Amino acid sequence: MKIHKTDEDVYILAIESSCDETAAAVVKNGREVLSNVISSQIALHTLYGGVVPEIASRKHIEKINQVVQAALDDAGMKLSEITAVAVTYGPGLVGALLVGVAEAKAIAYAAGKPLVGVHHIEGHVSANFIEHPDLEPPFVCLIVSGGHTHLVIVKDYGTFEIIGRTMDDAAGEAFDKVARAVGLGYPGGPKIDKAAKEGNPHAMEFPRAKVGGSAYDFSFSGMKSAVLNYINQAEMKGEAICVPDLAASFQNAVVEVLVSRAVAAAKEYGYEKLAIAGGVASNSALRAGMKEACEKAGLKFYYPSPIFCTDNAAMIGAAAYYEYINGARAGWDLNAVPNLKLGER
Amino acid sequence: MRILGIESSSMVASAAIVEDGITMAEYTANFKKTHSQTLLPMIDAMVSLLGIELSSLDAIAVSGGPGSFTGLRIGSATAKGLGLALNKPLIHVPTLDATAYNLFGASGLICPIMDARRNQVYTGIYRFEEEFQTVMPQDAMDMGQLIDRLNSMGERVIFLGDGVPVFEALIRERMTVPFAFAPANSSRQRAASVAALGARYFAEGKTETAAEHEPDYLRKSQAEREREEREKAAGYAESRGQNGTGE
Repeated sequence: MKIHKTDEDVYILAIESSCDETAAAVVKNGREVLSNVISSQIALHTLYGGVVPEIASRKHIEKINQVVQAALDDAGMKLSEITAVAVTYGPGLVGALLVGVAEAKAIAYAAGKPLVGVHHIEGHVSANFIEHPDLEPPFVCLIVSGGHTHLVIVKDYGTFEIIGRTMDDAAGEAFDKVARAVGLGYPGGPKIDKAAKEGNPHAMEFPRAKVGGSAYDFSFSGMKSAVLNYINQAEMKGEAICVPDLAASFQNAVVEVLVSRAVAAAKEYGYEKLAIAGGVASNSALRAGMKEACEKAGLKFYYPSPIFCTDNAAMIGAAAYYEYINGARAGWDLNAVPNLKLGER
Repeated sequence: MRILGIESSSMVASAAIVEDGITMAEYTANFKKTHSQTLLPMIDAMVSLLGIELSSLDAIAVSGGPGSFTGLRIGSATAKGLGLALNKPLIHVPTLDATAYNLFGASGLICPIMDARRNQVYTGIYRFEEEFQTVMPQDAMDMGQLIDRLNSMGERVIFLGDGVPVFEALIRERMTVPFAFAPANSSRQRAASVAALGARYFAEGKTETAAEHEPDYLRKSQAEREREEREKAAGYAESRGQNGTGE
């Protein structure tokens, strides 16, 4: 991608509503976050053990104006001073996405600003740009969240080659399911991470599944089933389960698979930089494992702060900047695309 | 007074600009494309045609529900975004009130019905007698129950709305009072009706901020309903256990 830098600063007002966070942010020149407002619905969805799409959509509409206004206020900016409006248009829950898309379009239209549609995963990848001014493509990025597990080569801003993906559950989904099975509750990622700190990661051995196709594809359902079987068998035998050991062993298995494949990919494809992104990128064992493996392999390792790993709009603003300066503009007929593929327009 | 009306509660996507008792422009489509693809381009087409500034709007009237949950939210988010950017108030117009307003001045009862699935309709009963009157406020109800109620009122009824093709056979079979179906020009939701009724609310000071506005779904989400039923069942079992009244 050819980057046409302009002398004028670019301020993006970004909106994100693809799942259960209503978020808005103002980002300057793709790297400087002037505001980052997130209204989380986690407490509400905890009642149901997971995200309920209709409830998420209803909460988005209740909060969206307050969140957008707070993003402008926190940045100390008026809408008229914004250069462009950006919004996540996929992938995600269609009803949830539509709230942000309709809101962003109406704001851009009424304020006379250009509109930029952003791919949610491109946003997660771009979260790394926010705190690492030196990070520029090309690099390898592992995106791991409740809905996504992708290993991609970021060839240039907005240009991706997917070299691996999950064949079944997303990594975060496996965390959620295991956490539910041992009664840790929702959201599973942080709860497993916390419990695992007290446990022995080698107490139990769970299979590290290999899958057909690309050497960099993932499978987590086998690992998850092995954990659930272990729990069932223990229950049948009337044995108590050591939750910290189980959490640590399961987490260790997931992390080992993620780290080994990401590092192998960077080496095989000849890239010196490896980044992680997405909600699971907050996982302390994944961060530690990746750091250690990258040091051993002579790779430079990048990861965002937890606040930029979770769904947020600052990352959408970062991604939108590069789309914007490359001339990408969305029309007033922009629609939500729940299964939008990375690299598609 | 210049009001933008937005209607997206059903299959119909409609937008209108109403000014001092005149519909300056109205754009309505009853087509499968999603409202996300149609609504804002429609508004843009009207604004360009009329050559007006959006900032000249006094308020944005939005059909506030009930109806398709997603459809309502697209209209609502569009209105909220416009309201935020333009710093203009919103007017929440109940969808069935606005639909009945299509038939201003009609004699007898006006009964819009929207298909709410599970043999239910979103409906209300209205009449014009000097003023526009609500006889039964909008609600979700069983279609058979609605027919019984209308029969008991003993007056001629005009039906309209997307529930008509779904329940026409039942209506013809069970209605004992005279009835008619509204013609094509008034048989579905129209944004001009939302804006016209909205203009009356605006004159009465019945507005809300764009931040305050949210749709009135009239129905909880399925997950909430099921959770409440589970809790009710659990609570019932518990109270029976505590009181020792179990069998």
